[in-house]
Amino acid sequence: MTKALKINKNSEQGVLELLKFLLESGKVKGVFTLKKISKDGAVAYSLITKSDELKDAVPLFPLMPVNAGKLLSRFTLRGETTEPVAAVVKPCELRAFMELVKREQGSLENIFVVSSTCGGVYPLKMAVDGSIDKNLSKYWDAVKKAEIPTNLRSACKGCGEFKPYAADMTVDLISKNDIDKQCLIFLNTEKGMEFAKGMKAEFLEKELDKGKLDKFRSKREAEKKKLFDEIETKMNGMDGLIEIFGKCIGCHGCMRVCPICYCKLCEFESPDCEYKPSNYEMELKRRGGLRVPPDTIYYQLGRLTHIGISCVGCGSCEDVCPVDIPLSIIFKKVGESVQKMFDYIPGKSIEEKIPLITFEKEEFAEVED
Amino acid sequence: MKKEEEFMPKILAFLCNWCSYAGADLAGTSRLKYPPSILPIRVMCSSRVDPLFIIKAYLAGADGVLVAGCHPGDCHYDKGNYYTRRRFAMLKKIFEELGLESDRLLLSWVSASEGTKYAKVATEFTEKIKKSGDNSVKKEIFL
Repeated sequence: MTKALKINKNSEQGVLELLKFLLESGKVKGVFTLKKISKDGAVAYSLITKSDELKDAVPLFPLMPVNAGKLLSRFTLRGETTEPVAAVVKPCELRAFMELVKREQGSLENIFVVSSTCGGVYPLKMAVDGSIDKNLSKYWDAVKKAEIPTNLRSACKGCGEFKPYAADMTVDLISKNDIDKQCLIFLNTEKGMEFAKGMKAEFLEKELDKGKLDKFRSKREAEKKKLFDEIETKMNGMDGLIEIFGKCIGCHGCMRVCPICYCKLCEFESPDCEYKPSNYEMELKRRGGLRVPPDTIYYQLGRLTHIGISCVGCGSCEDVCPVDIPLSIIFKKVGESVQKMFDYIPGKSIEEKIPLITFEKEEFAEVED
Repeated sequence: MKKEEEFMPKILAFLCNWCSYAGADLAGTSRLKYPPSILPIRVMCSSRVDPLFIIKAYLAGADGVLVAGCHPGDCHYDKGNYYTRRRFAMLKKIFEELGLESDRLLLSWVSASEGTKYAKVATEFTEKIKKSGDNSVKKEIFL
């Protein structure tokens, strides 16, 4: 039986209470969480070391300004943090961070992870026009009833990985009908239990309600199937790809926000990918015309081979796309098909190797001649 | 009257230095006959072939792309070809998912002593590609 912590406050206040306790007891020296930065509802990930500063923190706010996995990677890239830090992140952000740690782009050392069953996040556009605040009560209502809130990121609508894998603590949100009165936090690891010790709250023996979550998962899976089926009709060979990606303006925003794309110099922005006059000449001779700059499809296909195996489906790429290419669904669909080949769920466990850097001696005989 | 010229595909072949390139050499020195469709590129190991190379070749209009290396267990660098196989399987899957012609990609193991196998692979792959016809991507402008 897992231990759980019951706090008689609403979920967000409960998490804040926990964070405050962790800071004040000295169990952690810092807290990494979302914090309001202005009255119009904008939020940003911040590191907080004084408990007074927690007053504007909104750890469960349904927005992902940047995938926190990427931020935690930057925070620990040049060396692990020397003091313990509690990070409140969403499940896909945690998975992204694990994938980055596997690529030696960060360290889990001294990072204490608090996550939750995730109801999804709103697109960034709704943070810009301030409409998230107006939707908040509807959002929590839907989470309570285990429904999919409207207007979510499309990646979130069809996400089946809403339960964190490797968090020290998990906040119970989905289909918990009293989230506005009571906060339940599961202590998944020994570290989790140790850190909760001494907190003025009720300790229970309890498990996450699997039946309820499975029911919610089937709702999400149904939504995912709809999204996948829709995109599948468009992904029919090169003509389909040109239609989908033809709108791409080459800003490479999707690559920049992608938590898995960590290269300091992207292959597709390197001099190797610039065309020389002779390249243009050669291509034009054969084709009679060429898009300028060329290689839009090459970029997208290339990115699929680079990150498909580790795509956590956070949807950041689609969210920043100025021409609304349904990137998150394409990457999720193709990514999942590749991940399934290797029975791999990105970011599930830190011990599991990235499939492309390991092998079995006997496998994939079907691809050999 | 001149007979209409038969379509001869252009197939890009990445051959590993230690096995498949030597195998291709042996096919030549043994005077084995195979179609003039293959454009070989020698790489030090089949695992040197970045999936991007294959994508680039496909988008540039190669009618087929062949990756050939040492048999599993015989890699000169011990395990390079095992990685190749995983990457190749992944790339093929991506092609399939996107509805691209994954049949234009081929992975084969050809050892230095298998001149006959090389000629066979080259002949059969060429025949297969001839059936699929021209890679239409070579005419696309909005890539």
